[in-house]
Amino acid sequence: MDTVEQVRERLLCRFPGALVTVVLNPGPAAQHSLLVGAANAVEVATFLRDAPGLRLDFCSNVTGIDWLEREVTEPAAGAPEPKVKRVIAGYLEVVYHLYSVELRQGPLTLRLRTANRTDQVSLPSLTPLWRSCEFQEREVFDLFGVVFSGHPDLRRLLMWDEFKDHPMRKDYVEPDDFEWEPTPHGEVLERAKLHYPPKEATP
Amino acid sequence: MSEAAAPVPPVTDSQRAELRRHGILLTSLEELCDWGRSHSVWPLQFGLACCAIEMIAASMARFDIARFGSEVFRPSPRQADLLIVSGTVTKKMAPMVIRLWNQMPEPKYCIAMGACAISGGPFKQGYNVLKGIDRFIPVDVYIPGCPPRPEALLHGLIELQAKIRKERISGADASRSPQAAVKPECTVPEYGEHDLVPTQDPVLWKPPVLVRKEGA
Amino acid sequence: MTDDALSPLMAQPGAHVRAVSDALHGDLLEISMGPHHPSTHGVFRMTVTLDGETVVRLKPVFGYLHRNHEKLGESNSYLGSMPYTDRLDYLSSMTNNWAYALAVEKLLGQPVPERAEYVRIILAELTRLLNHTCLAGFLLQDGGASGTPLMYAFREREKILDLFESLSGSRMMCNYQRFGGCRTDPTPAWLGAARVLADGYGRFLEEYEQLLTGNEILMARTQGVGPLSAALAVSAGVSGPMLRACGVGYDIRKVDAYGLYPRFDFRVPIGADGDTYDRYMVRILEMRESIKILQQALRDIPAGPILDPKAKQRGHRPKPGEAYGRIEGPKGEIGFFLVSDGGASPYRYRVRPPSLINLTILEDMCLGQTIADAVVILGSVDIVLGEVDR
Repeated sequence: MDTVEQVRERLLCRFPGALVTVVLNPGPAAQHSLLVGAANAVEVATFLRDAPGLRLDFCSNVTGIDWLEREVTEPAAGAPEPKVKRVIAGYLEVVYHLYSVELRQGPLTLRLRTANRTDQVSLPSLTPLWRSCEFQEREVFDLFGVVFSGHPDLRRLLMWDEFKDHPMRKDYVEPDDFEWEPTPHGEVLERAKLHYPPKEATP
Repeated sequence: MSEAAAPVPPVTDSQRAELRRHGILLTSLEELCDWGRSHSVWPLQFGLACCAIEMIAASMARFDIARFGSEVFRPSPRQADLLIVSGTVTKKMAPMVIRLWNQMPEPKYCIAMGACAISGGPFKQGYNVLKGIDRFIPVDVYIPGCPPRPEALLHGLIELQAKIRKERISGADASRSPQAAVKPECTVPEYGEHDLVPTQDPVLWKPPVLVRKEGA
Repeated sequence: MTDDALSPLMAQPGAHVRAVSDALHGDLLEISMGPHHPSTHGVFRMTVTLDGETVVRLKPVFGYLHRNHEKLGESNSYLGSMPYTDRLDYLSSMTNNWAYALAVEKLLGQPVPERAEYVRIILAELTRLLNHTCLAGFLLQDGGASGTPLMYAFREREKILDLFESLSGSRMMCNYQRFGGCRTDPTPAWLGAARVLADGYGRFLEEYEQLLTGNEILMARTQGVGPLSAALAVSAGVSGPMLRACGVGYDIRKVDAYGLYPRFDFRVPIGADGDTYDRYMVRILEMRESIKILQQALRDIPAGPILDPKAKQRGHRPKPGEAYGRIEGPKGEIGFFLVSDGGASPYRYRVRPPSLINLTILEDMCLGQTIADAVVILGSVDIVLGEVDR
């Protein structure tokens, strides 16, 4: 199968203005991925599904990831030292793993990112292309809050319809319905201390 | 029937054993009822998660729950005596479990099988997990394990049978009867915006009272 | 069917049985099957709209066993998530463990010794036997053969569970695979017992098939019921025996060639029509192939370490990166997608659940069938709610 760079070349030939970048995956797994801009996502995905040589007709997995605002230290452009700190705004990301059943190849990893985590959380849905995205995109909507435009039936999958939060987000606060139990787990102990009667009260 | 009347001195066990050897069984109505009830406890066909597979295994040929009288697992709650809550009760599922419990006629019993039904189990740290079914319905027997072996379920069933055999059929502490007048139903929670409403039944379950130790 | 035409039929929360009227269809009945139902394989709910007995619309409702396994994965360590993977597809814990171990080994770049690979294959094929046997039992239970095929199935399952228990300490939740091998070394006695089981399983399959495969009730109830076309199956991400029953010969053991599967000689059974009978038969034939693999593996298993001596036992902190590892589980493609940020727990821990994705086309398969057939079709999809809802 073509490498990620070769696929990117083909895509840029076909869609000259498209926003397609390679995201390198450090580490031994070396499963690099393609980051595609939301505007061209549907046509890029259609090309990936139908192009001879790729024929990626099997969308195996759709994952949502919540990236909070983070600081990265990088070498400045031009000079390797001193390193500059840069704040990357938070966003929600959807990762698609694509395989080809016809040509027995894969995976190709596709990424789509939202503009931010608060109000611009819309991405195009790839369900019209791969039916397997139907439930998985619903789950990403349910647990992360990404709104997929073009999805035939976008509603919550796992939580009940009246539920308001998006539980898999990193800043989700669980309801405090624990009973206290003795545990050395630090965080639980801090929460438990809130349930202690105040020291001044006489028993 | 006045409580102040002196009870008839019961026949001792050795006398009963003697009579039994002669083929005469001596019992009281209460014992007979309890014996009948305890040896024909029909569970509800109710399995939530992994413990349900061990419950099914307990009803299969090797472990055979039928020899304890629980031959038929009834699909309808109206025909069942026993609710074996086997598996994690999630908040989404909790209203259904409690509705099923409310539909079961008295006398009814509940076994909480597995760590998840007792207290949330390994999934206690969960936004969708109910931290134990005893927050909403009264549980008679708790069977720990993840999952408890089928033998453990049978042990729990034997404990329940022992508990049933101690029941009274009349008087103030009589066991709940199908003819009892309108009995209080367990609260069925609603789906709230962030959690169930209410999170637990305030009558049945209260958070444990904490005692602060000096120097802790 | 657009949603506009059917909006009065939209599943309402709390509705159990409703009579609805639709300009296109007249009077219909909307029933909520589940989550407590004898044949929904756990707490699965389907909102079925019926025209008489024929299914006009079917919407599954999930989440009744959502135990936020993925959120827990973000706070557990890598090894700490291993017992939780047992509880995903709780009938086949060994294959879940292997899929997770494979994903983490990809992330770490961790090699696995040869003996451990053989043991993994042996346990995976035993799990496949266990799962498909139980499926045949449950499918027939749904079809109405109340109890007897399931009794036969569970009799064999107990024999396999005895092997699992003596090896890993637990019947169902084995927690046996580690990153870099397996937890304990099977003894020669265990391997002998496994050989006896593998050799004797063919006889059990003969007995089972004599009772079931040519059975005219089974054939009448499953042939032509719930057909699925290959194109729709591939587009819907269907995997495992359900995909192969549609005629697509895609088996991850052959395609990805993970573990040491290329060394083994086995065929991949493929169905013709994609109906329920084909799904049942593909699983029976897969069991026979599994027995072949088991016999080969038990014959050829080499001596050696069961766990890579240089592998870290706990406290794994993989370098930042991500990995997707998948295996052919008994239900389909089970995969784990892990994103590491260099810490002790994964930044994102995702399970690719075959049962949930195989249910994508449940509605398509059930449209036009009777409601009794819908139960049999659901049985043939082979779902386990622990995996669907995680």
